[in-house]
Amino acid sequence: MVKQSFKLGDIEFSNRVLAASGTFGYGDEVKELVDVNRLGGIVTKSLSWKPRDGNAPRRIAETPAGMLNSIGLANIGVHKFIEDKLPYLRALKTVKVVNIAASSVQEYCDVLSLLDQQQGVDAFEINVSCPNVKEGGLSFGTNCDMVREITAELRALTKKPLIMKLTPNVTHISEFARAAEDAGADAVSVINTLIGMAVDIKTRKPKLSTVTGGLSGPAIKPIALAKVYEVAQAVKIPIIGVGGISTVEDALEFLLVGATAVQVGSINFIDPSAGPKIADGLAAYGEKQGLGDVGQLVGAMDSNVEFSVLQSWL
Amino acid sequence: MPFQQIVPVSATEEIADGLFVVRFRSERIAQNVQPGQFVNIRVTDGFMPFLRRPFSVSRVEAEHVEIVFNIVGVGTQLLSLLRPGDVLDVVGPLGTPFRYSGDFSTALIVAGGLGAAPFPLLTSWLQREEKQIVSFVGARSAYQLYRMHLKNPHYATDDGTAGMKGTVVELLDRFLKSTQVQKPKIFGCGPTKMLKVLSEYAQKNTIACELSLEGDMACGIGLCQGCPVERVGGSNGKKKYALVCTEGPSFQCQDILLS
Repeated sequence: MVKQSFKLGDIEFSNRVLAASGTFGYGDEVKELVDVNRLGGIVTKSLSWKPRDGNAPRRIAETPAGMLNSIGLANIGVHKFIEDKLPYLRALKTVKVVNIAASSVQEYCDVLSLLDQQQGVDAFEINVSCPNVKEGGLSFGTNCDMVREITAELRALTKKPLIMKLTPNVTHISEFARAAEDAGADAVSVINTLIGMAVDIKTRKPKLSTVTGGLSGPAIKPIALAKVYEVAQAVKIPIIGVGGISTVEDALEFLLVGATAVQVGSINFIDPSAGPKIADGLAAYGEKQGLGDVGQLVGAMDSNVEFSVLQSWL
Repeated sequence: MPFQQIVPVSATEEIADGLFVVRFRSERIAQNVQPGQFVNIRVTDGFMPFLRRPFSVSRVEAEHVEIVFNIVGVGTQLLSLLRPGDVLDVVGPLGTPFRYSGDFSTALIVAGGLGAAPFPLLTSWLQREEKQIVSFVGARSAYQLYRMHLKNPHYATDDGTAGMKGTVVELLDRFLKSTQVQKPKIFGCGPTKMLKVLSEYAQKNTIACELSLEGDMACGIGLCQGCPVERVGGSNGKKKYALVCTEGPSFQCQDILLS
């Protein structure tokens, strides 16, 4: 039997495949369609202090091998989450990572402090990278000092694993990963969605109500992979690879360039059981390769290259 | 409770110009679906197109389930090419059904274009409830008119090539002005513009009215939050939304604001 589990701080994940934030609700919506416990972990929809109703329609548009979204962090708020959703989550064996979004440093701290006392919250992922809200979101995630400050503030408030989710909408994502590492993050999730847009040529209007949105799905996978590779050259903390991962082959590529684990996102909308299938596939690949541990694949790309553009700017 | 199933296609038929019916076999969906619910279909194993496509369940016959659609893009194009023996990846049944029982005697079914899709199934359930049914179907022209499996149908077309020349809401109004109807309830489905007019008409005339909406959705099960419709009750410029996929697609007309 090949070992599939890995640890982040004191938390042990049963395998290296997690469901990405915003693509798996709070876990209960899909319980009839997939055995959630077969995932290494689930990352909840972003939570803020107060409930948010989200952006006006249209919020999504299909694009080649992907989709644009501008949900605007619609969520039930942290109090209702604790009341209505946490009892279900608590009973799950899988690791529960709660994602937090906020429009001020204080709000991040308030939400995290409240959740930190709750049983059933195993780890935190901090969304400093939502491209679809006016305050917070990208204005934090594209400012390196801000990422450092938020990480440091939150680090002081919790002993649970703290994962910073970074945006690719910057020149050098590795600088942001370093800032998070320096300020005490346990890991980084790489990447959130890329800013994109689509126009309806019949009405000559943007397809999304907010004009631009976040691009996700298989279309962004090569970009996400290059970002993970870049970050892997720059930091020692674990990287959780995310962006268009839809198959076991995709997941393997991310591990090989240096991701410790992966998150599956948009594919959950099409196939809610994609995550467990990919986890099984990783184990099968490890078995076939005669590995004792899937972790042996992390960073195991044979990269005997003479020149990498990425390395030239690191 | 929804299932994800791989189901065999039993028939594909072009029933009018560009109007297709696909029938597939799924005992579980056939036995569990209620009128107004939908299925979310993956039209390819690949990623082009990427998202599933939602369709109202139109009819159920024994273990066979039918959907009706127009070719509007690559997804429906692929569906129209299915042949018996091909398989489909289907999630369903999904969504909140029509409230087909309750305190009304006559169902007034109002369909614009392919808005007729959910009504054959609703019709058979209403008949079981021993409700009276009158159907009003509108389309751009006679070619696009859905004419099957509906009770007491009246037709309207924009160009007058079938039935009354005019809109389906005008057709309904003309009927109600000339006919006494006991305890009516409207069931409407069609383009948003038509549903908005229908909703205003129903509220002005204090007729109970339920609308089945469409939404741009990725998942159909409440994960993506992509299919909001504005609900009544927002304040201070802050809007409230309901999700078409789970809280709908059927809504009481007074609960939502169409734009």
